[in-house]
Amino acid sequence: MLYIHCPYCEEHRSEEEFHYKGQAHIARPDDPDNCTDVEWADFIYRRDNPRGEHKEQWYHTVGCRKFFNAIRDTQSYEIKTTYKVGEQPDMAAGIVTGQQGSNAS
Amino acid sequence: MQPYSSFGLLKHALTFHENWQRAWRNPVPKKHYDVVIVGGGGHGLATAYYLAKVHGITNVAVLEKGYLGGGNTARNTTIVRSNYLWDEAAHLYEHSMKLWEGLSQELNFNVMFSQRGVLNLGHTLQDMRDIQRRVNANRLNGIDGEVLDAKQVQELVPILDCSQQTRFPVMGASWQPRAGVARHDAVAWGFARAADALGVDLIQQCEVIDIETEDGAATGVMTKQHGRITAGRIGCVVAGNSSVLANMVGLRLPLESHPLQAMVSEPIKPILDTVVMSNHVHGYISQSDKGDLVIGAGIDGYVGYGQRGSYHTIEHTVQAILELFPIFSRVRMNRQWGGIVDTCPDACPIISATPVENLFFNCGWGTGGFKATPGSGHVFAATLAKGEAHPLAKPFSLDRFDTGALIDEHGAAGVAH
Ligand SMILES: Cc1cc2nc3c(=O)[nH]c(=O)nc-3n(C[C@H](O)[C@H](O)[C@H](O)COP(=O)(O)OP(=O)(O)OC[C@H]3O[C@@H](n4cnc5c(N)ncnc54)[C@H](O)[C@@H]3O)c2cc1C
Ligand SMILES: [Zn+2]
Repeated sequence: MLYIHCPYCEEHRSEEEFHYKGQAHIARPDDPDNCTDVEWADFIYRRDNPRGEHKEQWYHTVGCRKFFNAIRDTQSYEIKTTYKVGEQPDMAAGIVTGQQGSNAS
Repeated sequence: MQPYSSFGLLKHALTFHENWQRAWRNPVPKKHYDVVIVGGGGHGLATAYYLAKVHGITNVAVLEKGYLGGGNTARNTTIVRSNYLWDEAAHLYEHSMKLWEGLSQELNFNVMFSQRGVLNLGHTLQDMRDIQRRVNANRLNGIDGEVLDAKQVQELVPILDCSQQTRFPVMGASWQPRAGVARHDAVAWGFARAADALGVDLIQQCEVIDIETEDGAATGVMTKQHGRITAGRIGCVVAGNSSVLANMVGLRLPLESHPLQAMVSEPIKPILDTVVMSNHVHGYISQSDKGDLVIGAGIDGYVGYGQRGSYHTIEHTVQAILELFPIFSRVRMNRQWGGIVDTCPDACPIISATPVENLFFNCGWGTGGFKATPGSGHVFAATLAKGEAHPLAKPFSLDRFDTGALIDEHGAAGVAH
């Protein structure tokens, strides 16, 4: 069972309160009507699926009902940090700083 | 190779079974093979066997980073069936089913294939409509199947709670009599022994850490323990690690690797002589010949390579099983484990060439590839031998994600199995 820190509730809560929502920071093609099938498939289907550090989205389903991001090791399952949508993780400091406007969700 | 027989069993009894021949050699890898298979699970071993047997290609190595069958092959709940909805998938799984039916004879190895039937329960009107549709599709494809009502289900499985007292009462089921279970590690061992006898080198403790390419074509692999091994063609059959291998040549696959857990109870006397699966309450169960109840969970939601999942996932599974079988409430669980399954967006496998010449992948079997082991090996061997997809494998190519020709088997794949 993972113990996950929700950056909105500012609390650690048990995994059962959350839903996993896949790889984070995947940008939707700017012009979906004119992108190629391969570009569209990249967006919809293909994933990094790394063995190791992974930036991913979680949803606090039965808490604040907000989406946020996490950096988690897919081998050890250790959660390095969690951060709000629109923020960049500050790994070195172990905390998260707000940099509005960069890399939305 | 000494063939196994009842006479051999008697003969070896005289020497207290101390002189059995080793099931396969433990060779030092050569510098070059015509075909290198990465991954010594059931699918990889079956591929190697059919390459040698059907296509006469015997200069083949199977490279396995751990031990043969130590991945999902020996971690699954062993359900074998072929009642998939769409023609492409139904044909592939039924091809496999036909091979299962002669497999012990073919391999001279008892894979304990037991056609005890599989029930897929329906608990809602929509479930029953889907079941009717699927069974009708199966029958049109020549695959056995029947729709049963709750009373018929109760007759087949007297200990199943078919009353109206449950939260989701059983309304009926699909029933495939030819489906069943097989002993999973025997399948790996049987294919391994038969492939070895035909000259295939099985190299255990040999991890592939890089795939080497030249002018857009794969030329060989780099291994951690034995250095470079060159190959005419390379087939990657590494289940949950497929994205890791693909990444070595800069390829992104439409896969996510998830933990999938299962557990067995202490052995008890025979009580369940078929396989019961339920998409709706989400559980599946059978009883092994040893007597333990074999119970499978759903996948953990997150990407995970740890061969373990979260506790609440198996807790929910046990709840589902108890909803169906209150009689098991005091059975004690013995062991629990996880495998890494490579789930695909359409719940169907990928058996395909890649943009890298001479590099092929057989993956994406996710939660339900054990049943396909012989068929998957058979069509992938043909694909590797000829350099182009076997007709049954063709619809499962990588480019279906670009063309949109997905084969949506989420209904028939339902619970993990
Ligand atoms: C809990 C559970 C229950 C399941 N239940 C069912 C079921 O009831 N019915 C069903 O049909 N299916 C079921 N499945 C799915 C089934 O187990 C798999 O689809 C199938 O076994 C895959 O076989 P494989 O040979 O492709 O993979 P594996 O058996 O996983 O073999 C892949 C091998 O590749 C090796 N490998 C990985 N990376 C490398 C590398 N870099 N170099 C060398 N070797 C490498 C691994 O060590 C492994 O041995 C279940 C799976 C799980 C986990
Ligand atoms: Zn929250």
